[in-house]
Amino acid sequence: MPGPRYLGFDTLSLHAGQPPDPATGARAAPIYQSASFVFPDADHAAGLFNLERSGHVYSRLSNPTNAMLEERVAALEGGLGALAVASGQAALHLAVATIAGAGDHLVASRSLYGGSHNLLEYTLPRFGIETTFVDPRDARAFRAAIRPTTRLLFGETVGNPGCEVLDIPAIAEVAHEAGLPLLVDNTFATPWLCRPIELGADLVYHSATKFLSGHGVVIGGVLVDGGRFDWDASGRFPTLSEPHDGFHGLTYTEEFGPAAFITRARREGLRDFGACMAPTTAFYVLQGLETLSIRMDRHVANTREVVAFLEGHDAVEWVSYPEAKGHPDRELASRLLPKGAGAVFSFGVRGGRAAGQRFIERLEVFSHLANVGDAKSLVIHPASTTHHRMDAEALAAAGISEGLIRLSVGIEDPADLTADLGRALRASQR
Amino acid sequence: MELRIDDRRVFAATYGREPDPGRPTVLFVHGAAMDRTVWTLFGRYFVRHEHNAIAVDLPGHGRSEGPPLESIPAMADWVAALLDAAGIDSAFLVGHSMGSLAVLDAAARHPERARGIVLVGTSAPMPVTDALLDPARANERLALDLLTLWGHSARAHVGGFSVPGMWMTGGGLRLVERAAPGVLFADLDACNRYADGIERARAVRCPALLVLGERDSMTPARAVRDLEAALPVSRRLVIRHGGHQLMSERPNQVLDALAEFVG
Repeated sequence: MPGPRYLGFDTLSLHAGQPPDPATGARAAPIYQSASFVFPDADHAAGLFNLERSGHVYSRLSNPTNAMLEERVAALEGGLGALAVASGQAALHLAVATIAGAGDHLVASRSLYGGSHNLLEYTLPRFGIETTFVDPRDARAFRAAIRPTTRLLFGETVGNPGCEVLDIPAIAEVAHEAGLPLLVDNTFATPWLCRPIELGADLVYHSATKFLSGHGVVIGGVLVDGGRFDWDASGRFPTLSEPHDGFHGLTYTEEFGPAAFITRARREGLRDFGACMAPTTAFYVLQGLETLSIRMDRHVANTREVVAFLEGHDAVEWVSYPEAKGHPDRELASRLLPKGAGAVFSFGVRGGRAAGQRFIERLEVFSHLANVGDAKSLVIHPASTTHHRMDAEALAAAGISEGLIRLSVGIEDPADLTADLGRALRASQR
Repeated sequence: MELRIDDRRVFAATYGREPDPGRPTVLFVHGAAMDRTVWTLFGRYFVRHEHNAIAVDLPGHGRSEGPPLESIPAMADWVAALLDAAGIDSAFLVGHSMGSLAVLDAAARHPERARGIVLVGTSAPMPVTDALLDPARANERLALDLLTLWGHSARAHVGGFSVPGMWMTGGGLRLVERAAPGVLFADLDACNRYADGIERARAVRCPALLVLGERDSMTPARAVRDLEAALPVSRRLVIRHGGHQLMSERPNQVLDALAEFVG
């Protein structure tokens, strides 16, 4: 007889955090489109503000629809709690700002989404937080870059745009040996393909704009607390282990134990920085999550067909997908991403910048835009769009060749995707 | 708050205010493999309402030095010693699961220390199945999973937690994962061996409140009848759809019951 077991991934994708609405019985997630929530009495109100009562006060701090999403993503990632925020960038900022301040330092993979790189390289230094960027494939480089002021190690499950697979167990070991947490951007993999907390990561975040919502209709982010990191033992995290003047002397580790980080992130970060998610956005992300595994399996299956097609095409110089032949992380991907390495990857068109531009303008099914993780297939040619001011040398320094094309493979009929790519590749070579 | 009992360091949360002997005191005792943090919402309430609140880490749990205590009576004596160390004559004693047996035993054998007892997720006796004891003895991960699976109602496994954004079973699991090897078994073994609960209940002289979960599969509400009958003055609240981890499953209902009882 099988023993007791936790609810499975697909059941959690549909149900976690969302029993039938207690007020109305609504089976779909109600959108609690309300800025504030009425206090039953003055003492109850004081109790909510003082963290004695559970419930909602004001939708910048928490909202019932957002809470459903937070619980669901926490459940799917194997964490103890989560915060829904305005965007993936807001989630990254919130993670950093909750435990680091002026004079502190981060160690990050140098293969990051451009917006994340900008935040760490140019913006956070204005607030006194420095970052050292290292090769995501080099655990020793992470270790060597750690300083006494380091507060966080950070990387993406699958890097952007080179598809470097982060060896999460190895980097987590480096982090934990130094008494530091590891933060992972799991946007490209989603918890269906990879669960970083199970692999040793301490904090995980998503741009929910991408595969979690899955349909390109919202901007949102979610930050998940794994709950295993011992903020007291490390001695480096006074925001969590010492009294917080901004909350009447509350010491988060003393009173909230494993939930210290996520409690401070909400009580300080959402309250003071204010990058909250709209409840309607949370509803759309919840809708997307209901079909996460089904969509991701189709994304991966289509990607494999597209990768095989491109590998055999004369107009393609190279394909960088972790499952592709010759990719340096192929073995690692098979261990950490056994169900698939996602649906975002890059390849090189023969003929450089001009060929890349001709290619992208002849696509009809793939949409030329700046996003990934839509159910529809997407494409971008950095050299002629996001990075058009850079010459070949500057592009190379950023790890981008002039013919680099980034695809986000959708869930259309795969034959239509390869036909579209084939037409455009032929045109690119004329 | 840090104290010393039997020359060992003891930690208890007091929610920003050191205990004042002039105020009534509510003392909280956690369950097996857990710690003070299960009581935070409740402790903060009582401190704001002009009470002392003391949520202990039993020896070997949370921030208190080990080893864990070997029996329920030893925990009861330790509770009395903690009140001595804190300079408190008597208190409302609130316990969950294993902690409920500790406060029951304390109220019976140290009656002058108990102004009232609140037993949350309780039963007496509190037998523990070998299916849980065996993996706990071997420090196997299975024991933590069973504790989490059985410790929450079926509804709790779906979520809809009233503390925004918290995944209840994930939080419960992370808490018990923090227990040092051997602690869970020591606690479960102490519960399993405690045979004096009904006799002790007959010796209790203070009011008692029982807070039970309708769907508690670890200490089923139906298994509490003898205990309830043995207590001289008792009140009972059965929380609809509630499991064993009532402080996280239904924090507001538990707080309402506590607040009314303590007054």
